[in-house]
Amino acid sequence: MVAWILAVGLHGIVTSRDLIHQIICLVVVQSSTYVLLLGVGYVTGGVAPYFYDISQRAKAVDPVVQALTLTDIVVEAAVTALLLSFAVQAHKRFGTLDPHELVEFRG
Amino acid sequence: MSQRQRLILFSVAMAGLAACFGWAASGLPGFGNYPGPYGPVILHDAVAQTRATGVVSAVNFDYRGFDTLGEEFILFTAAAGLSVVLRRLRGEREREPDREPETDNSNKPGTSAAVKVPALLFTGPTVLIGWWLASHAQANPSGGFQGGVTLASALALVYLAGEFIAFRRLSPVMLTDAVEAAGAGGFAVIGLIALAMGLPYLDNFVPLGTIPGSVSSGGTIPLISFFVGLEVAAAFTLIIGEFLEQTLLIRRGLWITSRSSWSPGSSPSACMGS
Repeated sequence: MVAWILAVGLHGIVTSRDLIHQIICLVVVQSSTYVLLLGVGYVTGGVAPYFYDISQRAKAVDPVVQALTLTDIVVEAAVTALLLSFAVQAHKRFGTLDPHELVEFRG
Repeated sequence: MSQRQRLILFSVAMAGLAACFGWAASGLPGFGNYPGPYGPVILHDAVAQTRATGVVSAVNFDYRGFDTLGEEFILFTAAAGLSVVLRRLRGEREREPDREPETDNSNKPGTSAAVKVPALLFTGPTVLIGWWLASHAQANPSGGFQGGVTLASALALVYLAGEFIAFRRLSPVMLTDAVEAAGAGGFAVIGLIALAMGLPYLDNFVPLGTIPGSVSSGGTIPLISFFVGLEVAAAFTLIIGEFLEQTLLIRRGLWITSRSSWSPGSSPSACMGS
């Protein structure tokens, strides 16, 4: 599952003809890490680590990797916002979002 | 490099990645029986130690608070970087619109009521949910990050329901900047207060309360979550505002690029310099 999401995202990045599409593909690649982290921390039969209305002795999944996943998502949001702003500037300067045409501009 | 060469390079790299991935995955513990040393320890002690029933929040804002401080500053830096990248570049100046703005607007259809009414209806509840999320980190799966993003999306709804002017009036850049700075600084200051009291940085120095999971319990967890909520809401409002501003400038043709004066020989950094 993780490998599949990773491969789909990477394939998209390599074959993409549009910077915005490429950025979204990077988001897909990164979302494979969420699945990996949550999968690693899963405990068979475990509940979510929130003990508001359940017993504190209930078997729960690992909260540490879940906290790491939260960090992962925040970093992804920051990276995506910055990359999109680069895409806006690239389009303003070169009038295109196609990576191949952008390469031609650089010479 | 041609498209074909690139695909060949990609397949070679993919084969290597697949091999390494398979090797790494074979060393993982079986699905469903993670033997991690920290999870069980924290699950056993967190509620008694922090009086927070949301253990993920307890990890984020207490046990691993220093890490979250860095995480918050990543977002802070991204918002700052975005403002820098999207500033007006040299040779890009606002040009007087060819026509009067009034005639320009009359040609465009306004926002339809089908968009306006739901956006207005959802704005209030979205603010409420965002505030609730940001203030209940210690109780349930919520926290400053989730609440802050929700609050910022309420402002995006204001833009959808009205105009960019309404969005800007509700979130002036000065105020947004101040709130963002207060959010980022507040977190660091909470850590410093603990230090001033002779405790380790970001130690939980506030009385923990007696009822696990209530609003007043958890010590510094709800406080830090509140400041994170401020920071995240302001950062995302800033980011949304910057992109909307760019969209409006481009739509109204108020900018011209310096493409004609740009030569392939000059380095990108020279172009980016103001």
